[in-house]
Amino acid sequence: MAIGFRLNGREVRVDAPGDMPILWALRDILNLTGTKYGCGIGACGACTIHLDGKAVLACVVRLQEVAGREVTTIEGLDPDGNHPVQRAWAQLGVPQCGYCQTGQIMRAAALLAEKKNPTDAEIDEAMAVNICRCGCYQRIHAAVRLAATGV
Amino acid sequence: MQLRSFVELGDLRGSMPASAVPAAPTFLNVSRRAFLEALGLSGAFVLATASAARAAETWPTGGDAMPHGLVIDPKVFVAIAPDGTVTITAHRSEMGTGVRTSLPMVLADEMGADWAKVKIIQAPGDEPTYGNQDTDGSRSMRHHIQSMRLMGAAVRMMLERAAAGAWGVPVERVEARVHEVVEKGGTRRAGYGELAKAAMDLPVPAIKDIVLKPESAFRYIGKGVPLYDMKAIVTGKAIYGTDVRLPGMLFAVAVRPPVYGGKVKSFDARAAKAVPGVVDVIEIPGTPEPAAFMPMGGVAVVAKTTWAALQGREKLKVEWDDGPNASYDSDAYRKRMSEIAARPGKVVRNQGDVEKALAAAAKVITAEYYQPHMAHATMEVPNATAVVKNGRCECWAPAQSPYAVRKDLAKFLGLDIKDVTVHVTLLGGGFGRKSKGDFAIEAAYLSKVLGGVPVQMMWTREDDIRHGYYHTTSVERIEAGIDDKGKVIAWRHRSVAPTILSTFAPAEYQFPIELGMGLVDNPFDIPNIRCENGPIKNHVRIGWFRSVSNIPRAFAVQCFVAELAHALGRDHKEFLLELIGPPRKLDPLEMGIEGELWNYGDPYEVFPIDTGRLRAVVELACEKAGWGRRMPPRSGLGLAVHRSFLTYVASVAEVVVEKDGTVRIPRIDTAVDCGFPANPERIAAQFEGAAVMGMTLCFHSAVTFKNGRAEQSNYHDYEMVRMTNFPREVRVHIVPHRYTTPATGVGEPGVPPIAPAIANAIFAATGKRIRELPIDTRLLREA
Repeated sequence: MAIGFRLNGREVRVDAPGDMPILWALRDILNLTGTKYGCGIGACGACTIHLDGKAVLACVVRLQEVAGREVTTIEGLDPDGNHPVQRAWAQLGVPQCGYCQTGQIMRAAALLAEKKNPTDAEIDEAMAVNICRCGCYQRIHAAVRLAATGV
Repeated sequence: MQLRSFVELGDLRGSMPASAVPAAPTFLNVSRRAFLEALGLSGAFVLATASAARAAETWPTGGDAMPHGLVIDPKVFVAIAPDGTVTITAHRSEMGTGVRTSLPMVLADEMGADWAKVKIIQAPGDEPTYGNQDTDGSRSMRHHIQSMRLMGAAVRMMLERAAAGAWGVPVERVEARVHEVVEKGGTRRAGYGELAKAAMDLPVPAIKDIVLKPESAFRYIGKGVPLYDMKAIVTGKAIYGTDVRLPGMLFAVAVRPPVYGGKVKSFDARAAKAVPGVVDVIEIPGTPEPAAFMPMGGVAVVAKTTWAALQGREKLKVEWDDGPNASYDSDAYRKRMSEIAARPGKVVRNQGDVEKALAAAAKVITAEYYQPHMAHATMEVPNATAVVKNGRCECWAPAQSPYAVRKDLAKFLGLDIKDVTVHVTLLGGGFGRKSKGDFAIEAAYLSKVLGGVPVQMMWTREDDIRHGYYHTTSVERIEAGIDDKGKVIAWRHRSVAPTILSTFAPAEYQFPIELGMGLVDNPFDIPNIRCENGPIKNHVRIGWFRSVSNIPRAFAVQCFVAELAHALGRDHKEFLLELIGPPRKLDPLEMGIEGELWNYGDPYEVFPIDTGRLRAVVELACEKAGWGRRMPPRSGLGLAVHRSFLTYVASVAEVVVEKDGTVRIPRIDTAVDCGFPANPERIAAQFEGAAVMGMTLCFHSAVTFKNGRAEQSNYHDYEMVRMTNFPREVRVHIVPHRYTTPATGVGEPGVPPIAPAIANAIFAATGKRIRELPIDTRLLREA
């Protein structure tokens, strides 16, 4: 039975089991590979997407839960990379291998959508969901701050 | 020779960005043979033969001695399109160091290209064409900066000659500027695109005639450019191994023997096959121990989606024959390592007379340090996609060593290597795990069994943690003899650790590569030094992990120095500098090293152990960190220094130990001497990241075994440092050098000093001595 939802501003229908985590629907059926697998248990944040504007972990959100709702992936954040968070990431040279960064960017974008100017502790708390094995945290923190305030 | 893809490129491009598939641009119309003949060479170029005039700018490296050596051939690496687009081939794998940007950047600068007009394509695994591609050992910049410059300069000179020819003036009258050649004192100018065709028809200058730019004319080298893949990364378009999508491809996961060397006894696939979407269940043949990079065997579930494959795997019933490693128990193994370290081992360095000096010492201090296994836990799990049909194999993999993968694929599939292609995707982390191609062979085997259907094999995080090529576990025991004046007169260091060699052949002793990583190369100015290595058998696959044996060695040696300083009532920094001794270049022949010192594969005369540089990074890190400043209660500074991958690194960690034992790190100052810093901003990034990885292994990383089985499985029990508690500020201080101070390693040498610097800072803050990793912070709670 196909499940319908809005994906990056377009209506889509996916013919897949309702208990399939949306991560695999995005990656294997819809070919949107910007959302990454890292752990499959909601422990690393690599698969962070927005569901109705809030950051969620695509590896533990099931397809049936998104029916009729609004999903945004990195591909829909700003395809030209002009979202303030993406621009801050580029400006500060945040990525190393880059694999986790789409999840980091989606997390940061959701945080800033909710709080225009988060405190350091709020940035840490929100971003702590996401692991970066290359260890780019110092620049991630600075880039969130830059995206929020321009400095 | 570049093999053409037999999967239609059009199909691929329809479903994935073109960057995932190496395109085929027009390369300079100079045959490789002609170029090599112009060089007077028939194979890989040996840099040491370059003209005496450039001797100061040229030095031998270990690059020539690597398999397939260095290839310096603009035809292979550079193409110029009529519109001026310069295409440069990156032949080293990008796993986060920025090398895919940095090496082309060097070439582009030397040829006078405008970076905005440079396109980078990734070479497939083909060492006969590109030279060595094994992206490992922190070797890329130090082995290839010279060849990139020579190729860039050759292309620039050809463009200048083409312009001079077109204008009928001597070549001295023209000059390459940025992406164009201009007539000196004249008005004529021509863009690189316009000149490309004529330049291509000219002979390539002989290596002895190639003139490099003066250092003062560098525009990118030593300054840096933004990451080439930045936009693709931040928009989610970058293609890693897991992102390869082929028409009709299937997705596979597998169960593997829970114990290393185990075999499938029997399995029941009925329930798995009944899961909707599951296409097949296939046994992957194992490889007898030692398995090197061949698959460990198991049972794979192939399905239309990864989710269906995972569901099928849940339903799979497999009976295992565990084999002889089923008794592997980390606690028992640690005790054995400790017992072995308490006895004399094989002597691997013997300078002076340690026994006599220890007997004569006024005081002997002994300490033992332990580190457990670690898993690489790259954010992108091991994975590969393969198509095997019609006697050919095409594979896409996040491979650190794509030619090694290609050779192993050919061997496993019984194919000629010319019938195997390995495309290199971006790597979501490597750290040594992706030097091994076992996962690519699994993918290829499944595709073959399925008659040529494209298959993506993905390891889950659980597979990654439970079936790794683990960092060794080790006991390092050091004894120091001190005379009545407080001088260290004897140093005996025993190392016991299962060896990487055991992954390839039965072996219980470490080999020179491991011994050279902080054991026998100890630089201390102590008259009597003996290093010993006790034997122990492995029970898991041991592999390279970023920095390798340097991690436990730096931890033991640098913590022990702090212990000695404290016992003798000395300032740690002053005592460390005294142990290092006066600035000098050590003579390995006088160090009593058994056999030859392994100097990271590079010539010792170019890259000697220079205690002056070692001292200088200690001084620099301490100065920047404010060593000696008064610290509040339960706060402290800790210092460590270590030379690895030919680079000198000192770190000072500032810690605050909270009442509950939580250790916070407000700041780390790292001083780096890596010779000429070709891309300083990326170098800083590597050392910032190394501080985080160092903190992770300091507090979290342990894969332990019971009944031969790994006890950890995912990020919930194999934890990483996160932004809840990370090194808040990592300041990287790079020692400035001219180009003529050879560039050395960057990717790995930042890790080793971090754990001992933190451990020493914890002692300064709490008086609690740390001798085992990961640190149990419960022991640091305020009483």
